[in-house]
Amino acid sequence: MSGLPAAHAMAARHRLQWWEALPWVAGVAAFFLFPNYLAFGTQVLVTILFALSLDLVLGYAGIVTLGHAAFFGAGAYTVGMLAQHLGWNEPLSGLAAAALVAGTIGLVSGLVLLRTHGLTLLMLTLCTMALLEQAANMGAAWTGGFDGMPGLSFGKILGLFAFDVLYFRSQYLYALVVLFLGFLLVRMLVYSSFGQGLTGVRENLLRMHAVGAPVRARLVIAYTISAALAGVAGALFTQTNAFVNLAVLGLERAAGVLIILILGGYGRLYGAFVGAILYLLLEHTLAKAYPTAWQLGLGLTLVAVALYARNGILGIVDALRRRLAAWSAP
Amino acid sequence: MERAVSATMLETRRLCKNFGALEVARDIDFRLDAGARHALIGPNGAGKTTLVNLLTGLLQPTRGAVLLQGEDVTTLAQAKRVKRGIARTFQINQLFRGLSVLENVCIAVAERLGAGGSMLRPAGRRAEVIGEAVRVIEMLRLQDDAGRRVAELPYGRQRLVEIAIALGLDPRVLLLDEPAAGIPSAESHILLDAIATLPAEIAVLIIEHDMDLVFRFARRITVLVSGAIFAEGTPEEIAANRDVRAVYLGSALDA
Repeated sequence: MSGLPAAHAMAARHRLQWWEALPWVAGVAAFFLFPNYLAFGTQVLVTILFALSLDLVLGYAGIVTLGHAAFFGAGAYTVGMLAQHLGWNEPLSGLAAAALVAGTIGLVSGLVLLRTHGLTLLMLTLCTMALLEQAANMGAAWTGGFDGMPGLSFGKILGLFAFDVLYFRSQYLYALVVLFLGFLLVRMLVYSSFGQGLTGVRENLLRMHAVGAPVRARLVIAYTISAALAGVAGALFTQTNAFVNLAVLGLERAAGVLIILILGGYGRLYGAFVGAILYLLLEHTLAKAYPTAWQLGLGLTLVAVALYARNGILGIVDALRRRLAAWSAP
Repeated sequence: MERAVSATMLETRRLCKNFGALEVARDIDFRLDAGARHALIGPNGAGKTTLVNLLTGLLQPTRGAVLLQGEDVTTLAQAKRVKRGIARTFQINQLFRGLSVLENVCIAVAERLGAGGSMLRPAGRRAEVIGEAVRVIEMLRLQDDAGRRVAELPYGRQRLVEIAIALGLDPRVLLLDEPAAGIPSAESHILLDAIATLPAEIAVLIIEHDMDLVFRFARRITVLVSGAIFAEGTPEEIAANRDVRAVYLGSALDA
């Protein structure tokens, strides 16, 4: 390869950095350090996976969607209905079924939606989610309607580890492993030529067409993979909580995951981690301190991020690193 | 019929384009020879960029045909025409502004080599793509900026990145839409050098208002006025053409 420094930098970009081990070390450490907070921890892990799936389409491909909870909900209801009506409660195959269902919905809706851009696209993603939400609400015989399906039970993970209703120990580790695998998938995608092409679509659609890329097909593929991954996150939600209700499909969840990504920083993989942890911690502590007005605190944080940290928390870290490098250089 | 058919690279036959009642291309019979250095000139609004858009497939003609090496590509989508070797630059930069120069070119090269949809291998491990991109970048003397984000570059350098992306597609036909637009005249020689060193086998069509550049570069000139071909010939013929001087060149040539 050529001696250009930029070429070397690009050839090394996908390699794992030492600090990339930190989230996983922290994830395992949290298991031992906070045994009483594993239910909360599980919720964080599921949310990170959901946010990561959104980052692939929003952060990398630049598809602005307000309806990503459609796929989370599709996955959540898939495992719920399979367990409730068919007695299919084996967890891993449940995840696969959820990915398949959510991915199919992503593919079919993506084929239609991704012909549009901007505000139209935003509205259509919202509509898709609303349609699913109404379907879940009205198909009460299958979905439990407004009440959802409480008290589901799932089999042992790999036939070995039963879900731990009291302390969430097995749920936490299960979610951690699934998140890790999902993360590896997304990481592989964003550093591949496919992922580079997605950033190309985000940066300049016209130019991407002009270099001969099959833009819409690429977007649909990315959207489908992202939907399947969001479906897995939703399935994890149902399995670890042993219930599912309409909240998994709502605008609040879709907007929440968007806020998480903006908070943490989109298009940078780890924004999902930082954003999810921060968002849920804020929600948790503020709701305890000001049960009636906790969303005010969240709103103020978001205003601060929008005004002073356009690229999220990780954007601040980047800026600091750049400043440090400039300062240490002669 | 003295010119062999094979020497024609890109051709239009009675090409028409209407935007509602407005005719922006009228019965254009245009040919671009293999290895051509051809300039397309004309007053603002003459339909020069529209013609380029029709050639690349960004626009569909109302009537008429576009032929690439004798083969009808009129209905072919833009992406497919790119695969057959038609590349372009834009009058207004269309770059991946948040990415580095190297990444900009790599995206084009990866698409050409059919690696653009590959998900398993890291882009950084495609030595053939990076090597090819580096070659183009060095050809345009952009190597010192290869690692910088495009948005941070001065405008003149960004214009070169436009050309680098097009060259990354290894085109047989290169359509340059006002490559010198917006560049301070002191810097335009860099661009002229770059254009002068383009591989001889590429057929180049350039739209340009800078007559210095046009007459130094072109071996053939087509004048477009109100969507129709007004005159065509060698630079000498065009410079001597009284009608052309009257509609367009006058001041530019006398100056």
